[in-house]
Amino acid sequence: MSEAKTVAWLLILPTILYLAFFIGYPLFSTFVMALSGEEKAFDTFLNLFHDKTFWDALKYTLMLAGVIVPVQLVLAIALALLVNTKFKGYSTLLYIVTIPLALSDVTAALMSYTMFSPMGYINKFLMNLGLISRPIYFFGFMYKTREFWVIALTEIWRATPLVFVIILAGLQSINKEYLEAADIFGFTKAQKLFKIILPLLKPSIMSALLMRTLFAFQIFGVVWMLAGRDIPVLAGETYYQYINLNNPKMASAYAMIIALITLIISYIYLFGLRSKHLEEGVR
Amino acid sequence: MMVKKILFWFVVFLVAAWFLTPVVFIFLAALTPAQDYYNPHKIFPSHFTLDHLYKLFFVLDGWKATIISIEVALISIAISFAVGLPAGYAMTRYKFPGKNAIRLSILLTRSIPLIVLAVPLMVIYMRFNLADSVMGVALAHTAMILPFVVLITSSIFSGISVEYEEAAMVFGLTRFKAFIRITLPLALPGLAASAIFSFIMSWNEVFVASVLTLSNRTLPAHILNTAMTSPDYFKFAAGMIMAVPAMIFIFFTKKYLVSMWGISLK
Repeated sequence: MSEAKTVAWLLILPTILYLAFFIGYPLFSTFVMALSGEEKAFDTFLNLFHDKTFWDALKYTLMLAGVIVPVQLVLAIALALLVNTKFKGYSTLLYIVTIPLALSDVTAALMSYTMFSPMGYINKFLMNLGLISRPIYFFGFMYKTREFWVIALTEIWRATPLVFVIILAGLQSINKEYLEAADIFGFTKAQKLFKIILPLLKPSIMSALLMRTLFAFQIFGVVWMLAGRDIPVLAGETYYQYINLNNPKMASAYAMIIALITLIISYIYLFGLRSKHLEEGVR
Repeated sequence: MMVKKILFWFVVFLVAAWFLTPVVFIFLAALTPAQDYYNPHKIFPSHFTLDHLYKLFFVLDGWKATIISIEVALISIAISFAVGLPAGYAMTRYKFPGKNAIRLSILLTRSIPLIVLAVPLMVIYMRFNLADSVMGVALAHTAMILPFVVLITSSIFSGISVEYEEAAMVFGLTRFKAFIRITLPLALPGLAASAIFSFIMSWNEVFVASVLTLSNRTLPAHILNTAMTSPDYFKFAAGMIMAVPAMIFIFFTKKYLVSMWGISLK
């Protein structure tokens, strides 16, 4: 091995060791803990699969992801196109749009609570306008559907900027000459969008989708704050099993399910991305 | 043309309102006296009060939690930059076998949910007497921040031409000195932005912090577990405290934001 290679490895080694110890090893022991049942190896998972709450949690996690991710993508693309026109004052709008980027899910949930709580501003406005006489309840076991939509709305509010910045970065890297050429050929705006911009944005869209889908399956803070276990989700159940029921085995089993879903999604997207690279040969 | 222009600005206004309204209202709610908040006919308070913020800080131990949050974040940043910066440098400046595999596995660690790691980490921590400690949370947060630091520093360094370093080496500096005197100062603004971003990542993390600690809770963990059983206005005060640093951060790093996010998950 040449000297340069040795130096490079020495520089990287601490990172590898750290990640191996703090991510690799815990991941491995989660696996072991989830698989070691009371009597038989798969006891914990068998219990998990017989538990109705697990299927509910899986269902709600999938439903939330199914609502949130596509809406965010469409909104983010529209927003990025708007900001990228570079109108006067666009950088102020950029600042405003990116504020939620730095907010935690707990904070976002609290903000949403100020709006939707029984004494929240939406109810107050509607009551003062005389449109309703009693507050509309958005939270509570009786109103699961409303809770679901408030959670979805909060997540859309909170995480659309994340998709937006990735899309915007992709948009800015598109070569202007393509669009100028399209102008010469008399493309309409819609043609430019669907024939040039969106196809060139595909890599950015893919990585934004990957990131958002992964995080959508880890959704916890917003749900836990706004609905508790009325709307069970996978990460919420992991937390509940460990903190409230003191059952690390079941918690590990839930965690494994999340890890497994994560792995499958990453694989699908990476595979999709790679084939795309092969087709185009660039980027 | 006029109609089009009005429509355009209407959309811009709508977007700004959509993103600002919840932020404005949590500030308003945090500063509203309790009797005004529970009065359905009062949208805007008769006067502002710092009472809730004061009580959250000094009666409900929010102050202690804030200090812990800051400690955790600073320790995590220190460790992850000490460990991650050299790796980021090596990833751009050196060619070696297995580089792509390492880059990919570092990227993959970013997609592993922290939720998965929290429970076994607790088991390890009990053995090493790190349970319920500031250091324990900081080490776990480092695991979350480190991959980000490696990837982001690598892309920051790749934006600085290697020729500056080589020129310095021609004049007799060692590679290390060339890095310290030439590359590092050039990289500093980008590094500062990513350090602030790391701070926010740690400041906002709630799951691991709640699992790993009981009495030494970070601010969001403290709020998730304690303040939620308190009256509404304490929750809003808590939300305001957590939102303020985040907004300041965005303001100061606005310039780097798009490029930082555009490259952080290639």
